[in-house]
Amino acid sequence: MGLLSLAIWTPIAFGVILLALGRDEQVRAVRWLALIGALVSFLVTLPLLQGFDNSTAAMQFVEKASWIERFNVNYHLGVDGISFWFVLLTAFINVIVVIAGWEVIERKVNQYMAAFLILSGLMIGVFCALDGILFYVFFEATLIPMYLIIGIWGGPNKIYAAFKFFLYTLMGSLLTLIALIYLYTASNGSFDILSWHQLPLAGHVQTLLFFAFFAAFAVKVPMWPVHTWLPDVHVEAPTGGSAVLAAIMLKLGAYGFLRFSMPIAPDAAREWGTLMIVLSLVAVVYVGLVAMVQQDMKKLVAYSSVAHMGFVTLGFFIFNPLGVSGGLVQMIAHGFVSGAMFLSIGVLYDRVHSREIASYGGVVNTMPKFAAFALLFAMANCGLPGTAGFVGEWMVILGAVKFNFWIGALAATALIFGAAYTLWMFKRVYLGPVGNDHVRELTDINAREFLMLALLAVAVLYMGLFPKPFTDVMDVSVAELLKHVALSKLPQ
Amino acid sequence: MMDPTSWMTIYPEIVLLVMACVIALVDLTVTSPRRTATHVLTLLTLAGVAWLNASYALADQTQYGWGHLVVSDPLGHWLKCFAAVAVLVTLVYARPYAADRDMLRGGELFSLSLFALLGMSFMISGQNFIVIYLGLELLTLSSYALVALRRDHAVATEAAMKYFVLGAMASGFLLYGMSMLYGATGSLQLDEVLQAIASGQIKHQVLVFGLVFIVAGLAFKIGAVPFHMWIPDVYQGAPTAATLLIGGAPKLAAFAIMVRLLVEGLMPLAVDWQQMLSFLAIASLLIGNLAAIAQTNLKRMLAFSTIAQMGFVLLGFVAGVINGQTTLAANAYSSAMFYVVGYVLTTLASFGIIMLLARQGFESEEISDLAGLNQRSPLYAGVMSVCLFSLAGIPPMVGFYAKLAVLQSLIASGQGFYIGLAIYAVFMSLIGAFYYLRVVKVMYFDEPVTATTVSAPADVRVVLSVNGVLVLVLGIVPGALMALCAQAVKSMLAL
Repeated sequence: MGLLSLAIWTPIAFGVILLALGRDEQVRAVRWLALIGALVSFLVTLPLLQGFDNSTAAMQFVEKASWIERFNVNYHLGVDGISFWFVLLTAFINVIVVIAGWEVIERKVNQYMAAFLILSGLMIGVFCALDGILFYVFFEATLIPMYLIIGIWGGPNKIYAAFKFFLYTLMGSLLTLIALIYLYTASNGSFDILSWHQLPLAGHVQTLLFFAFFAAFAVKVPMWPVHTWLPDVHVEAPTGGSAVLAAIMLKLGAYGFLRFSMPIAPDAAREWGTLMIVLSLVAVVYVGLVAMVQQDMKKLVAYSSVAHMGFVTLGFFIFNPLGVSGGLVQMIAHGFVSGAMFLSIGVLYDRVHSREIASYGGVVNTMPKFAAFALLFAMANCGLPGTAGFVGEWMVILGAVKFNFWIGALAATALIFGAAYTLWMFKRVYLGPVGNDHVRELTDINAREFLMLALLAVAVLYMGLFPKPFTDVMDVSVAELLKHVALSKLPQ
Repeated sequence: MMDPTSWMTIYPEIVLLVMACVIALVDLTVTSPRRTATHVLTLLTLAGVAWLNASYALADQTQYGWGHLVVSDPLGHWLKCFAAVAVLVTLVYARPYAADRDMLRGGELFSLSLFALLGMSFMISGQNFIVIYLGLELLTLSSYALVALRRDHAVATEAAMKYFVLGAMASGFLLYGMSMLYGATGSLQLDEVLQAIASGQIKHQVLVFGLVFIVAGLAFKIGAVPFHMWIPDVYQGAPTAATLLIGGAPKLAAFAIMVRLLVEGLMPLAVDWQQMLSFLAIASLLIGNLAAIAQTNLKRMLAFSTIAQMGFVLLGFVAGVINGQTTLAANAYSSAMFYVVGYVLTTLASFGIIMLLARQGFESEEISDLAGLNQRSPLYAGVMSVCLFSLAGIPPMVGFYAKLAVLQSLIASGQGFYIGLAIYAVFMSLIGAFYYLRVVKVMYFDEPVTATTVSAPADVRVVLSVNGVLVLVLGIVPGALMALCAQAVKSMLAL
């Protein structure tokens, strides 16, 4: 069994074992088994770090076996510089989420833990799949555990949120299914994504394919104006669900643009690039402003996620190495930072059971250790140099200025808005005198919460101070991708 | 005519007929109210018939018997094998349910099921209008009786009445269409009808006139809109055991007679029947999915969902012949076959759960009766949600690959109309996802009304778990079943 298969199937196997054996009576055993599963799943991804070769854009750790012969569907896995980090990121966030749910979840613990373990395996599968149907199966299958996570352990309006999440994202991906089958026919019976990259396609076909893919990936990212599901879902989802959703799931959409839309329909991607840039800028500027007026902390972070993901898509569609690498770095950084933001909100919510900014004030007085972490993550969210949040945004802005000064300038305003809404929230929640009795009774974070936040803090700082290992992995693959996108695929 | 090969072609049917009579007689001596001896004997018979058919199918030979009245080919034997297994599984689920409702008295449930299967077998392997029609009548007459098995139950009796009246009309349509074609071509044999039509000597209008009635009759039997009215009433009114007996295995037989009549007999008229089936499919997908949303009764909802699912099966038939070319035919019809097999498998498990949850004096057929099932029994909630996600076409369940295969057959045609149909179909399945998800919601997100745990006899528990796991496993490794369907359809078309 290859390394990537191990990375995918280890958490799923642990999840199935938990589902089969776990009972609410043996909750301790269930939690420890889940933690062991998450840790083992993370450890099996580490050999990838050693074995990965930075100097080639080719797929690595490739596994290929026939899966459905009749449709020539293969179990075809591999990672390149674009997908590499997301495998590790997913496995890492999974460990954090298991720790985060430790005492908080009391009902059906085995199902909760199993859902996250299975979900993480499926998401790693999305990043590794090099076969269209394999990709689609993993991509869609992630909906089932997430639907259950939101619906079973979510907030008061969880049912609305669960349905909105499921149907909204399903609607987008159904058109992608049609596009995949069309490509299968057009390529004379192949679902191989890499061979689709080389397939010549007429202009109008490329446009249709581009928008079919756009329907799925833009909803998932989410890009303005199809972002409306995200705030509703974040608000109702349990903390762990929000963290995984923001940290990993949104990246599936952005990743799809790089793996499908741009290389398969490069002419359409260039033709419609302007539209994508405009939508991204609206997300960055307008949604950033929307975030500023939110009363609910989770909603605020959700809108800030949309704005940050706007940076990612902006970086992709300015078609230069800085932009694309910057977008990728921003995806990883946002994985750490948004995960940390949602987990911080979860820490407060577990104690006070309110997400309203107005229910807090002066938390720093009663929870000093926690406030220190929260400050770090807030700074990272507004892109302070030295934190992970800075690197990607800076690269994208630099790339955008190269592409067109005014686009760069508009994108840069996001740094101001980002600082404004994040710091304002920080001020209202953490600073000042103790706001009310609830805040007075708060106890500071325990060892478990400290561990979870500290792991994320280390990641945020490490990535901010030494981004080189991250960009080194991407450089060759990004250059190759851009070279490919620059060439026309129109039939001669 | 009495050569040994002829006997060989219907050997499984002979076994079935003999055993059906034996079981009816043996049951006279059985006194236990649970009818264990009859039950076991029936299951053994079904397993034997399934095994016989599978070994025939694996031999991969095509032989005609009785002067072309019946055929023994892999397609037919696989379908008969699946149908026997489906009836077997249905009876395993049905026994505790039927025992609670005094439906085992007299053992008719068992012998009627076997006669119904015998009817299906002749529908599946018939090569002659009369044989196919007699098989169909044997199936439907047994089904009428099965629906009416609870004589003292007003709703069931009403359902049986409706089923009988509408079913008789459908049979009339079919017979009328067959007689038109007989008059035009001078033969009841499918192969001779095919040759006569292909010769081009016969007036097109006459043939199409007969075809309309055949298609209408078939549409009645599979429950395609606008011939669907009986489905919701009968599904809801019949005792669940009977619902599953008419909603499970007979779909395989319905698929088979569509193949036999339309493909083997009337292939030259494909342009005409493809249009008719397209219309039926469009209407079925629309009405089935929209009406299912409004239902609060689970059996009725599943009935409308069946209508929508049959719309997808019909889509598998419409893209076989493109511009007179039959190169895509095997691809298209095998996708429809895979769809039907996957659908029957899923239906068995979902109705199995409904029967399992029913108790003495409680039918458990409202969607709200499933509330909080996950807290009462995670296993059965899991099986049911796997089925529902499969029906909704979410990977990695078998239903996704079925939809994938059908959509692929449409898009492979390269025709704008069919690509449009594919897009229409996926949006209809988006609507479908809503009402399937709603049941999952009730099971997982709502609080249970009763705290009673769900208990089931060991055989039901094992079969139901295996059935649910198969829906998932056939989704993770669908290759073998797909190849089987493709192979069976190819060898049928090669004639």
